[in-house]
Amino acid sequence: MVPITWYLVLSAVLFTIGVAAFIFKRNIITIFMSIELMLNAVNLSFVAFANMWKDLSGHIFVFFVMVVAAAEAAVGLAIIIAVFRTRQTLNVDRVNLLKL
Amino acid sequence: MIHQVLFIIFGGICVAGALNLLLQKHPISSALSLIVVMGSLAALYLLLGAQFVAAIQVIVYAGAIMVLFVFVIMLLNAGKEEHTKGSRIAMWFGVPSVAALLGMVLFILLQRGKVDYQIELGAFARPTREVAILLFRDYLLPFEVTSVLILVAIMGAVVLARKEQ
Repeated sequence: MVPITWYLVLSAVLFTIGVAAFIFKRNIITIFMSIELMLNAVNLSFVAFANMWKDLSGHIFVFFVMVVAAAEAAVGLAIIIAVFRTRQTLNVDRVNLLKL
Repeated sequence: MIHQVLFIIFGGICVAGALNLLLQKHPISSALSLIVVMGSLAALYLLLGAQFVAAIQVIVYAGAIMVLFVFVIMLLNAGKEEHTKGSRIAMWFGVPSVAALLGMVLFILLQRGKVDYQIELGAFARPTREVAILLFRDYLLPFEVTSVLILVAIMGAVVLARKEQ
């Protein structure tokens, strides 16, 4: 017997670590990975609430989140490759073309 | 009892992996610790009775998506990240705001939206067949729209990653 609050707190902690990594990291690939971490944290609370309400729709939503994450990863990594090709760097501080 | 022990083990691995993602300097170390987080999340999904979600978590997330990440890291030969003026500014403003975010979410979870529900191990073990019925009957339109989204994503990835002529 585990209270659902434990799962929700774990989800919140993982989400916050994802936000922190998104803010602190300078490498564009790592920033992208922290977005995946945040999506995973939200998935955990979806599954926990599906268990609470005895409703499988939460699992379907996790499925859709994963599909969107896969599509986003493909497009985002292509954008990263394009950025690297033009700027020769992965540091987000050096990608400041609008600041000319 | 066994549920609590397993939750603490895998939840601890999750948080440790996420913190390692935050603290590592090299992107490949961050990617490997993210794989650890996803694997232990799959174990937590099994504890919650979501076998199908646990399986696709391992196959799609820890398998496909992270392979894509590791592949791009190696393709671009990403090295250690350097610290610049921007990272110091992010530190100064980021630490208080992240602490405020965590405090706010935990306050809402633990004080305002208190739910007294105990999750029993194996109390909600539905077969994958029911997930499939729900997905292909009630959620058929979102499923089809998702396939269009994937098609667009594939074409976008090909166009964006193509070499300029």
